[in-house]
Amino acid sequence: MDKRMSKQMFIRMSEREEWKDVVPIEQDDGPNPIVSIAYSAKFKETHDYFRAIVKAKEKSERALNLTAECIWLNAANYTVWQYRREILRELGIDLKDELKFIEMMIRCNFKNYQVWHHRKVIIEWMNDPSAELEFTAAILEKDDKNYHAWQHRQWAISFFNLFDDELEYVEQLIEKDIRNNSAWNQRYYVISNTTKFESDVLEREVDYTLDKILEAPTNESSWNYLRGIMMHDKDGGMGYNRSILKKCEEMYNNNCRSPHLLSCIIDISQERISCNEPKDSLFHTDKALELCTDLEEKYDKIRKRYWKYISQKISEKVKSTA
Amino acid sequence: MANNDLNDDFKGPRTYVELLKEILSPEFETNTTREQCLDCSRPWLCYWILHSLELLGERLDDDLCSNVVQFLNKCQSPTGGFGGGPGQDAHLASTYAAVNALCVIGSREAYNIIDRQKTYEFLKSLRTDEGSYHMHVDGEMDIRGVYCALAVAKLLNIYTPELFKDTEKWVARCQTWEGGFAGCPGMEAHGGYAFCGLASLVMLNKSTVFNLSAFIRWIVNRQMRLEGGFQGRTNKLVDGCYSFWQGGAFPLINSILAAESKTKNLEAYWMFDQKALQEYLLICCQDPFGGMLDKPEKNSDIYHTCYCLSGLSVAQNSPEKVIIEPSEVNAVEVTHPVYNIVFETAMKAIKYFSSLPLPEK
Repeated sequence: MDKRMSKQMFIRMSEREEWKDVVPIEQDDGPNPIVSIAYSAKFKETHDYFRAIVKAKEKSERALNLTAECIWLNAANYTVWQYRREILRELGIDLKDELKFIEMMIRCNFKNYQVWHHRKVIIEWMNDPSAELEFTAAILEKDDKNYHAWQHRQWAISFFNLFDDELEYVEQLIEKDIRNNSAWNQRYYVISNTTKFESDVLEREVDYTLDKILEAPTNESSWNYLRGIMMHDKDGGMGYNRSILKKCEEMYNNNCRSPHLLSCIIDISQERISCNEPKDSLFHTDKALELCTDLEEKYDKIRKRYWKYISQKISEKVKSTA
Repeated sequence: MANNDLNDDFKGPRTYVELLKEILSPEFETNTTREQCLDCSRPWLCYWILHSLELLGERLDDDLCSNVVQFLNKCQSPTGGFGGGPGQDAHLASTYAAVNALCVIGSREAYNIIDRQKTYEFLKSLRTDEGSYHMHVDGEMDIRGVYCALAVAKLLNIYTPELFKDTEKWVARCQTWEGGFAGCPGMEAHGGYAFCGLASLVMLNKSTVFNLSAFIRWIVNRQMRLEGGFQGRTNKLVDGCYSFWQGGAFPLINSILAAESKTKNLEAYWMFDQKALQEYLLICCQDPFGGMLDKPEKNSDIYHTCYCLSGLSVAQNSPEKVIIEPSEVNAVEVTHPVYNIVFETAMKAIKYFSSLPLPEK
């Protein structure tokens, strides 16, 4: 069918022998149409026939082919996709062909909800996820933050339990682009669904992340990841983790003023508020207030109002603990 | 920057009024067949245009409004809800767009073409056991579904507790390790979905079920220090449309914080740089030929025009207004941060529909 579409000259529906018995139905926009779309003659005719088969509730091979023609013209037509699935189910079509079709449609429209949903349904029906990791990886090769591809990949991994090699895949992506936040998200997703952030895993992840932070101190993804995983820490969080405290001090003393570093130091000071931190400590509340001012006035001016808010919150906390 | 030079040939957002009117006129057709991909988004086109015009203080004449109402009625499904065009299956996103568009029109005719009982049944048919929503029957499921269903239910007064039982729990599961919300549990925090998540919890009156300070930290960091506009996700590029999707969250954050602290009054300003965002929108996102856009060198379109203007409205209308000069050229109307239609328009619709009985279960 797909070959036919690309290799043969297009023949108007009304001139096709096999459609002779069908009377096309025009779209009813009412007497005063609004926001009209400039349909090509082909678009209009194809959809007129589609309306006719839906009305006749026809589920046939030719109806299936017609839905493909509509989809080629507009892959966002969820009504057509839905009807296509009804035909597939009713006729018991070999889904391997459907998989080829949907693969091509996704490659042509990979930022579209309908194509990915269709693939998900087909994979569910086939109960065979063997192509999913490779397929989504191929899409991510072209667009490594494609939301739909990641969502489909996560679904397949969870539904069919395909976690085994995922962490390795994620590492490759982070190696390639340390700022790929989707890859960092996948890292979190894999670990929270497999080993979870038990203390040995957490230790390994902290080391890994601190390395990445040192490599690119202004990379928000790795700082966020560090904070995210430390929510699972049972020993008190970032403020009680020696590696993190040491790294923050080192970086600060080496004149690193990445807003993310300063923000992390401020958070740590809040976690350690009851620790009787020495006055000259980097993690003393007075220092945190000073850093808020630095961020507000020098390093992160666009977030001035936020840092004012944080500074105010810290002052209130100090008052209430005093 | 030589501000004076800039102001000399500065075109305010009002430049688009005529263009937008033209698009909505009965003679208008999308000018290229390239836009056939919008064939299932026609209620969206109506909403984007009507809302943009209203933000600019413009109204269509009554006859044209009536044409829009009649057209949207053609998109209404016999089983409830609205489809993307006449004869198409009902879809939650189209339903949200159609209801918003009809509320902007705000006539009795507009309000009364909505079959509230059937819309209620349509919503019920899309609800999952865990409280999330499919976008259409047997369609995909993500956090947009919850937002659209709630917005429609609240505006039309067809909200019932059963319809949204446990929904807040599902939404809370969409909050990520970064603090924003994702399209579904496990995925990456994202501007559009973050708005859906926060606005949903506000509508559900359940703003304590998620980590607010993590959310605030994530969202303030989406404003870009150089551009002044917002990005949708960490380490991605700026896009004018996030001016609303991210910016729109700030009024909601303000109201949650005010409710929490009780003693304190509402803060006078939002927690982002309102001036920088306006500069990005007015200087970088205006198409010299009309309309607004994602970022310089992209084409303008109605979607970006709508969400850039909506973001501009948020950026200007904190309790203490912040409007960059010349303010008489730049000022736009106040949008409602939950529904994203003009504030008074939303209140008028809510008032009207609240006088009607709840649907039968």
